[in-house]
Amino acid sequence: MTLKNPEYDFKWCPGCGDFGVRRAIEGALTEFTTQNEKPIENTVVVAGIGCSGNMVHMLEKQQPFGIHGIHGRSLPISMGIKMGNPDLNVVVVAGDGDFLGIGMEHIAPQALRNLNVTVVVMDNGVYGLTKGQSSPTTELGVVTSSTPYGKVESSLNPLRTYLTVGVSYIASAMSSKVKDMSQLISDAMDHPGFSIVHVQSPCTEYNNTYDALRGNEKKGIKAIAYEIPEGHDPSDIEAAQELLNADGIPLGLVYKDVSRPTFDQKIHDTIGVKEMKSIESLLDGLTI
Amino acid sequence: MKKQDFVVRFAGEGGQGVVTSAEGLAQAMAQSGYHVQTFSTFPSQIRGGPTWTQTRISTKEVLSSGDDLDVLVAFNQYAYDNHKDDVAADGVIVYNSGEFEIDESANTLAMDFDELAKQTGNNRAANFVVMGALANLVDLPINILEEFNKQRYTRGRDSDQQIIDSNNMALSLGSAEAQKSGFNLGELADPIKPEGEQVLLNGNIAFSMGAAHAGLDAFIGYPISPATPILLWMEQNLIGEGKFVHQSSSEIESITSIVGAGFAGKKAMTSTAGPGFTLMGEGIGLAWMAEIPLVVIDVQRGGPSTGLPTKTEQSDLLTALYPGHGDMKMPVIAPGTVEECFVAGVKSVNWAERYQGPVVVLSEHALSERRQNIPRPDLASLSEENRKVYEGSNGYLRYDGWELSPMPIPGGPGSYVANGSEHDAMGDTTHLPARHIQMTERRFSKLKLLNDGTFESENESSGIALVPWGGSKGPAFDAFNALKEEGVDLAWYYTMYIHPMPEEMLSALKEKELVIVPELNYMGQFASVLRGDGVNAIPITQYTGLPFKVRDLVANVKELMNVAVKDGATV
Repeated sequence: MTLKNPEYDFKWCPGCGDFGVRRAIEGALTEFTTQNEKPIENTVVVAGIGCSGNMVHMLEKQQPFGIHGIHGRSLPISMGIKMGNPDLNVVVVAGDGDFLGIGMEHIAPQALRNLNVTVVVMDNGVYGLTKGQSSPTTELGVVTSSTPYGKVESSLNPLRTYLTVGVSYIASAMSSKVKDMSQLISDAMDHPGFSIVHVQSPCTEYNNTYDALRGNEKKGIKAIAYEIPEGHDPSDIEAAQELLNADGIPLGLVYKDVSRPTFDQKIHDTIGVKEMKSIESLLDGLTI
Repeated sequence: MKKQDFVVRFAGEGGQGVVTSAEGLAQAMAQSGYHVQTFSTFPSQIRGGPTWTQTRISTKEVLSSGDDLDVLVAFNQYAYDNHKDDVAADGVIVYNSGEFEIDESANTLAMDFDELAKQTGNNRAANFVVMGALANLVDLPINILEEFNKQRYTRGRDSDQQIIDSNNMALSLGSAEAQKSGFNLGELADPIKPEGEQVLLNGNIAFSMGAAHAGLDAFIGYPISPATPILLWMEQNLIGEGKFVHQSSSEIESITSIVGAGFAGKKAMTSTAGPGFTLMGEGIGLAWMAEIPLVVIDVQRGGPSTGLPTKTEQSDLLTALYPGHGDMKMPVIAPGTVEECFVAGVKSVNWAERYQGPVVVLSEHALSERRQNIPRPDLASLSEENRKVYEGSNGYLRYDGWELSPMPIPGGPGSYVANGSEHDAMGDTTHLPARHIQMTERRFSKLKLLNDGTFESENESSGIALVPWGGSKGPAFDAFNALKEEGVDLAWYYTMYIHPMPEEMLSALKEKELVIVPELNYMGQFASVLRGDGVNAIPITQYTGLPFKVRDLVANVKELMNVAVKDGATV
């Protein structure tokens, strides 16, 4: 949308991590269009439902195409777009409820296909738009509006899940570190294959995890998020596994596999190179 | 008078050659100029289970599969027990005496199919043993079958001649057995070759070819009976640069990915049956709301839930019209014949492109599995349509106004947000009452662009009309013709364009004192839709998992007409 659209009445709360994610995406898109010399209309932002899904309307700079679909289905929608026109730069924006709750079933199939789209997941560990219910990444025991006596399910480790199902590019970011995040999103867009940038994007209203993530010396809280050490080799899957099996949330590029062909490449190599028979000739084969 | 019509049912266990026998006979007879139609029903399992296929051969166009059997070919005891009552009084039951024994009754012909096949040196020749016997029963020249055998098995392999010789020997052995029995059903009249070129295919394939002819680009589907053959056809044939065909991981993935493909400018489609269609409801709503062209074909089976996966029913009409929540009503095309399946393939893609939204096609098991000879479709008369594409500069208001507007395609100018939430002209989410009014009316206004549906009618002056839909067209038209011969004054109306229905047809139906709707469901779904439109419609319902018998329809129509006339209807 343009900066001032009086009809659009949605707002993120002050302090929401998604503001930082927006700046990072805008930055990455600017870089992408400049570097690749492709107009912004060559990019499609696919959004699901949730606070995060409003990203598609909140982008204030150059306007890409967008599709604001239904809850949990941003990945298959992105598959149709990318496979319909492999030339497009397709970016999915989703939250932890949208992507890891209702949308969980779509991650593995796209990882197996190595669908060449980039996903930016805004993980705030809570269902914000419906006012504070527990999500797959809400910690065990946490009290939310839908877990008044504490959450009884274990929390999901998204990065480990991505690595297990075969996502070929996995990065982890923090919403307050916009520059790093923007760089990772750029890198993910350039990655030939299925890429996920998983962002810790706290909800100040229902699950304020800023202190836990970044630490707060005054309150005596130690940060659980940390920068991935420079020596980490992202092409080494065992190193990535080791990283993700340790405590805390590593920030940076976790894993990157460029050896697999993309889905559109495979489709092109299998059916794209064949010649379709005309309907007349197919009818000839059925003639009696 | 010679016999004009010959109905044979092959019944047995899956894997015994039931379907290949029936289809082989149909192919052979079609090649020699007869009209044919096959109808199959089988259980939902890989091998085995009770299976039967019926072949009807006629000198005229075949509209229904035939009420009474001239011959039942029973491959096992179960088949004999369950089908013997469908045999006409003067019909014959040919049974496999190598498999089971029955007390000889007047009209049974015992033949050891497998033993006779063995004598030819080809254990797989049992089908030809049976066909030889059938030919003898109706004095059919054996060379028709020999010619079919030669064509079918000349495949450029070393073993060809051996197979052809053994099959020919099987034909003679079968024929001799029938000759010995003394049974004869009367000579089948010579074929009256249909004018013009004919093709032999089933409803699923006809539909797929029609859609491909309309320029389909993308197809994403999930296996489900009885729609799977459409997915398989697409995987095999919709290939080449720019095409995308794939098996999805669920029906939810199917529908939402074709929403994406449609948004990206492609002609996109998925196929499914009832259970999958239900899962697609929300995604279809997104396409309606965001104005994205796509086609969903629901090949109906018995429902609800898993229901009867391999039987026929017409019970998805209401869900086809209203597949999701909120104010929306789908354009629905329900072909009634194999020929119409082809046209529906073309038309559904064209409609989706023209009004920029989802179109639902309702086929059904009986149609999808029905192989029939039809006139070769005239492709030149079925042209493809393309959506109006926005070609201006940026800053375009995609959803401006109260009617259809050109659609921007990603990669081109006019970026906007295709939005499943209520939106303003540029596609941003809004809750303003005035916008919801405008956009709701805009979406419904586009349906009027689909006003080119055609219909058939006969004897329009009668106050009572017979109005079937979908695959019940064939048996209903047979019933209509039978009633006409009896001098019953009844009107006939039929269209495959269920919604929007051709206006002229709907206004004619509104004038009728009574509209009788034969349909294969419990609730009388089409009749209730017509009543909602102000038509005095009463259904004739059947929910057996099988198509109507013509005889039953004739009796039921008469009964309803008598009641109506007693109540004062003027026919």
